[in-house]
Amino acid sequence: MATFTDSAVTALQLILSHDPALMAIVGRSLSVSGSACLMACLLGLVFGAWLGVVRFTGRSALLTLLNTLLAVPSVVVGLVVYLLLSRSGPLGSLGWLFSFKAMVLAQVLLVLPVVTALTRQLVEDAQVQHGEQLSSLGARPLLRSLLLAWDERYALLTVVIAAFGRAISEVGAVMVVGGNIDGFTRVMTTAIALETSKGDLPLALGLGLILLAVVLLLNLLIGGLRRWRERLEGVAGPSPAAGLAL
Amino acid sequence: MPLLRLEAAGVHFGHRLAGVPALTDVNLAIGAGERVALIGANGSGKSTLLRLLHGLVKPSSGSMLTASGLRQAMLFQRPHLLRMTVQSNVALGLWLAGRPWSESLVLARAALARVGLAELAQRNARKLSGGQVQRVALARAWALTPQLLLLDEPTASLDPHAKREVEQMIVELAAQSPEVTLVFASHNLGQVKRLASRVIYLEHGRILADLPVADFFAGPLLADHYPAAHLFVKG
Repeated sequence: MATFTDSAVTALQLILSHDPALMAIVGRSLSVSGSACLMACLLGLVFGAWLGVVRFTGRSALLTLLNTLLAVPSVVVGLVVYLLLSRSGPLGSLGWLFSFKAMVLAQVLLVLPVVTALTRQLVEDAQVQHGEQLSSLGARPLLRSLLLAWDERYALLTVVIAAFGRAISEVGAVMVVGGNIDGFTRVMTTAIALETSKGDLPLALGLGLILLAVVLLLNLLIGGLRRWRERLEGVAGPSPAAGLAL
Repeated sequence: MPLLRLEAAGVHFGHRLAGVPALTDVNLAIGAGERVALIGANGSGKSTLLRLLHGLVKPSSGSMLTASGLRQAMLFQRPHLLRMTVQSNVALGLWLAGRPWSESLVLARAALARVGLAELAQRNARKLSGGQVQRVALARAWALTPQLLLLDEPTASLDPHAKREVEQMIVELAAQSPEVTLVFASHNLGQVKRLASRVIYLEHGRILADLPVADFFAGPLLADHYPAAHLFVKG
């Protein structure tokens, strides 16, 4: 217990003193996971919404695959990306292995099924309830899916949080494709794993606390944003064009 | 030339052999300016017929012919307004019909004024009462200047006050545009007498009676020739 308390005190000192090594790792983590989450959301929100509305042969097989990908271990995603980016792999010529880009790519692939599957479920429920009314106004499937996604935007914010949470907390994929290189590809989770194995518990704990704080801050931010939007919409609403830019 | 004509039309949900027939052998022609009420018990096929006329479901058998370029709109029992302002919701229908967004907003404002809701234009649509939602949906449908307006039990889910308000609104709008054809489903026979010029009685997906409103309710015709419809009317 004393070790934990001592580590926690030292961790807080590191945080409060803005320890440069700590801050660099935190910044890199946020940057990798933020970029990956942004890209995965751009693709996943649109693709998931479209999947929630359209019907085609093979759709249920695709949904089964998508739901299976939800449970894929991050280290397996890391392995796949490693094989793709390794010198003999199909994308080896890019030279991305053990780089920031490789970590982003791995996290995009990790998070994309989460965003797509959850968005698909939300939009499909909305489609069942009132999709027909949008059809009656002349909205074709893609537009209808985007309008329904826009209508469910507050619920989709939760999807975005879940996606970011999955990205920033995973360790397997970034460890495999990033290599945990100090000052280059070391992020919070890989640093925690390394420092724990080295016995440097204060730094590991400090990073753990920051990780928790980031998620807490994000939740507070989204909650505030939601309240702000609700107040705003009581006065003036957006155009559908603005909505489609979600 | 009628606006719409159904010839031996049928709608079948599910598998062709094992599924449920929702409409069977429907023959129907609806002309401009008619006020047609669809009545019948729950599950008789009223809503399916409206959805068929609106093109939301396709006939599984038979055919449906519509006048070319027919403009139509539909009002649902529980209209869904998107999470945006009332004005934006009304404008959305116009925008989807191909008008620029700025023009749609102007027309939406005018449509809201027509149903007495101009002062709510900037309010969040999710903060309206049931009656107001139905009136906004009516404004959204009417703004499209439809030649055919389909209404699926438009007052069924409203309280008595809102019911009167919405019905009055439909009467006023219909009176302003006598050329518009109304086809509405209703369980309210009083409402049918007030709004309709023609009544179609459905049972198990089949049309069993199709008569002018006066004949349907007053004459001995119903009792003599349409016993099922007569029984329904007598409760």
